[in-house]
Amino acid sequence: MTHHVLETPITEETVRALRVGDTVTLRGTLFGIRDATLIAMFDRGRRTRFDLRGHAVIHTAPNVRKVPPSERHPAGYEPVCIGTTTSDRMERFTRPLMEREGVRLIIGKGGLREHSAAAFRDLGGAYLAIVGGTAALETTWITAIEDVDLDDLHPESLWRFAIGDFGPLLVAMDAHGGSLYREVQAEVAARRAAVLARLGVA
Amino acid sequence: MTLMTRTGVEPLRIRPEEIEEAAKLLYIRALKILPEDVKEGFARLDATETDARARAILATMIENIGVAERTDNLLCQDTGIPIFNVFIGRHVELDGWALKQALRRGVERATREHPLRSSVVHPITRRNEQTSCGIRVPVIHIDFIEAERELRLEMIPKGSGSENGSFLEMLIPADGVAGIKRFVVDAAIRAGGKVCPPTILGVGVGGTSDLCMHLAKIAATRPLGSRCADPEGAALEEELTAAVNALGIGPQGLGGDSTAFAVHVEVAATHITMNPVAVNIQCHSARRASATFTPEGVRIGF
Repeated sequence: MTHHVLETPITEETVRALRVGDTVTLRGTLFGIRDATLIAMFDRGRRTRFDLRGHAVIHTAPNVRKVPPSERHPAGYEPVCIGTTTSDRMERFTRPLMEREGVRLIIGKGGLREHSAAAFRDLGGAYLAIVGGTAALETTWITAIEDVDLDDLHPESLWRFAIGDFGPLLVAMDAHGGSLYREVQAEVAARRAAVLARLGVA
Repeated sequence: MTLMTRTGVEPLRIRPEEIEEAAKLLYIRALKILPEDVKEGFARLDATETDARARAILATMIENIGVAERTDNLLCQDTGIPIFNVFIGRHVELDGWALKQALRRGVERATREHPLRSSVVHPITRRNEQTSCGIRVPVIHIDFIEAERELRLEMIPKGSGSENGSFLEMLIPADGVAGIKRFVVDAAIRAGGKVCPPTILGVGVGGTSDLCMHLAKIAATRPLGSRCADPEGAALEEELTAAVNALGIGPQGLGGDSTAFAVHVEVAATHITMNPVAVNIQCHSARRASATFTPEGVRIGF
């Protein structure tokens, strides 16, 4: 169980050093992405002007206040509340996001499935679990909304956040095929029969 | 035409502007302050959880409740689908159509004036009007209660992570109560970490297909510590709470004892050929707020 402090973007070597159970604090830049953004990028052929190579994306759509662009709010948006959505809906976009855009880290809640685990293993990536539903806390880790692309999808735009110490996050899926979700699901499946028996269900 | 009122009793009259203000206030308040019963639920889980990782996750959730209050911020970024439950007591006079419009205006104003993320889109075009409103949204349920000169307005911003954990099965009588129990256990397993556990797992038993799912929603959004009024339903609550928490799903689906604060059950009579069961889930950010209108004024609570 190692704690890693990573400045984004990161290399394949760095991501392969992460193991499930480790913790991570991110610094630098973080990109916000979710359902409509990914559908636009990979089902409808739209491209972003952002360079995502080696970067971390977080499954989010923020609450923001529109303000005149300034040094503090260069994109014309002030953060109000930024938090994380359920990752499972974005399962099929993990591999294309890594292959086409070069993303190395996905931050989310609730976990991803086997196709993502395979993509992390094949291409060098990891899933960092945040505690879902703790957006007030998460917002304090974000220093600014630096830029925004595909904003016609608002609030499901592609956001570029400047971050302070973002975390601690839990390495829940790693580049070696490891997945805490798979481990827990196997344990749950093993307990199911005993739980049903206690309920008198044959 | 004159309204039928009890002799000598002046009815409670509520203007649409008051409803609009309350709707706006409740939407924002619900997003920021968790009810006491949910905070107590966290304290209870924190005291009994045996898994170290689960305890750390619960501690972060508890910390977040404090951060939201101190920074006057939303607990969760998901502003949800706005739901209003309107309970109209006896001798209350209002314009029902105006009430519906006022609720919608309150939601639109909260979204624009706070501002809040509009999480509501057209189901086919996926177009977001940036108002948190759309066709038949906010969802409005109207019911009548016995209380004299009282109107209770409940607001629930229902998050999507947990709402996507909704399941309905039209079981048959031969499936029995065993079928109901198996369905609930399997729904909890299927939902896993996606619904942001620890949850309030709402179960509807009986009724028609639509009523059954509505019962599950009532159950999922009931205060912690409340019991099903039907003794058979209440017994099922206890059994299923223990069962779901023995699965080991844990907070965020990362393992542990704290999968659900509670399983809540609501029941309705059903047809001789039917045995419907539904599950609707409320996430750990079990948000709700209420306003009670009486002749003395408006009381804001949960």
